[in-house]
Amino acid sequence: MAKVLMKGNEAIAEAAIKAGCRFFFGYPITPQNQIPEYMSKRMPQVGGCFLQAESEVSAINMVYGAAGAGARAMTSSSSPGISLKQEGISYAVGAELPLVVVNMVRGGPGLGSIQPAQSDYYQATRGGGHGDYRLPVFAPSSVQEAVELMATAFDVADKYRNPVMLLGDGMLGQIMEPVEMIQERSEPLPKKPWASGVPEKEGRSIINSLYINPDECEVHNYKLERKYQEITANEVRVQLIDTEGADILLVAYGTMARICQRAAKDAYKQLGLKVGLVRPITLWPYPYEALKNAAEQPSVKHVLSVEMSTGQMVDDVRLAVCGAKPVSFYGRTGGMVPTVKDILAKLSSIKEGM
Amino acid sequence: MEEMLIIAGFGGQGVQLIGQTLVKAGMEEGKEVSFLPSYGAEMRGGTSNCHVIISDEPICSPIVNEASCVMALNRPSLDKFESAVVAGGTLLINSSLIDRKAERTDIEALYVPANDLAQEAGNLRTANMVMLGAYIGVSGAVSVDAVMENLKKTFGERRAHLLPVNRVAIEKGIECVRQQRAKA
Repeated sequence: MAKVLMKGNEAIAEAAIKAGCRFFFGYPITPQNQIPEYMSKRMPQVGGCFLQAESEVSAINMVYGAAGAGARAMTSSSSPGISLKQEGISYAVGAELPLVVVNMVRGGPGLGSIQPAQSDYYQATRGGGHGDYRLPVFAPSSVQEAVELMATAFDVADKYRNPVMLLGDGMLGQIMEPVEMIQERSEPLPKKPWASGVPEKEGRSIINSLYINPDECEVHNYKLERKYQEITANEVRVQLIDTEGADILLVAYGTMARICQRAAKDAYKQLGLKVGLVRPITLWPYPYEALKNAAEQPSVKHVLSVEMSTGQMVDDVRLAVCGAKPVSFYGRTGGMVPTVKDILAKLSSIKEGM
Repeated sequence: MEEMLIIAGFGGQGVQLIGQTLVKAGMEEGKEVSFLPSYGAEMRGGTSNCHVIISDEPICSPIVNEASCVMALNRPSLDKFESAVVAGGTLLINSSLIDRKAERTDIEALYVPANDLAQEAGNLRTANMVMLGAYIGVSGAVSVDAVMENLKKTFGERRAHLLPVNRVAIEKGIECVRQQRAKA
């Protein structure tokens, strides 16, 4: 298929449709508005449903309903709107509903700014809602990767009956890049005998997250926990770029990783440093093992986490490295983006202390 | 080749269209491209800019902090982005609307009276295409044919009659910078 130039948000919306998503519920917020805009045009063309809800809370619960009936359904929003959806996400986890949530992160807290940020890392990976739960979080760094991960997100959601998040940022949503759109899903969607509204099924299907007896609720929680262990064992994704024999390791995800990749290249030319990049593609489950192995190489003297936040993923970097090597952090926040120059300056100061 | 551009002006001048046209033409010619618009509180009359990269190599960072070329379509854009040009880079100034010269001496500054040349071409609204032409004239990053092919698709049949005036505008931009370079 030929490459076409597409805006990140629009490409993600089209990829969701290609992956079999036929129900979109959302509420507008910058910088992801092109997703609902695109869906409002495309869903009627493919016999799907686009509905602009009266609020984010209502949108996520509409997704809950569609997913409970067995459909591939999604919502999208940006940081403040995602906060509003957290209750619904927790309920969907409890009821074991597969659905996809896209978060095009902007500066926070509160209404914050509308520029790109990565300050929702804790919320995405530690569970922004209540309860003992996890959800797979995919962090694409290009429009091409975003469209491919959109299909993966729906598949993983269905496989484990769990919500999945695609975590981007304002930059990924707004950038236009050449993209080879994924093919329309040809095989039938996975059967969902547990869903309500399955015509051939006898008896009732109950979609519920209430287990009023604590012993039953504990059994339910351990069932979820086994699922999370399975996801942790099977779904970790990471890209390692020039990490072998590196002096310093950069750790960055999403669009920040692209800027770091450039910084790593320039560091060799300008500072004579061999800099490798560890790019987590899944933020949960986190690639602890791959990062640990890369950091434990004798050549590696230092690990630097670079984020568009005041330091959130760096906690996972420390857990992975586990004291084997010094870990530092560099970031900008509130919608400001670290530049290649900023990262080179930080690498240079690390080099001096090595 | 790695062309790193910042294109800036006020909303309504067609800044985003210059950027999108360039990356589409670059993509058609088999180059790696990215287009990053400023977004948010933009409105007609407000500021608008975009970052464009056209490269032979895969593109890492889509953000342009050090530009090989800055296109300033109005005065606030020149004030804001003159410092972003790399030493030895090019600054294209829309001298129809900007009443000052470049302050830096370590860059090439070229003055393009885009609005006047657009008027001469026959349509004031092609001032952005004059600037696009000026950029092609200095960089050769994409061909005029690729740009026209792309505009043909963008305009569709309904506005196909506007293609010739846009071509004239682009050629006037190319001619303008070539003449200045010849004199320099």
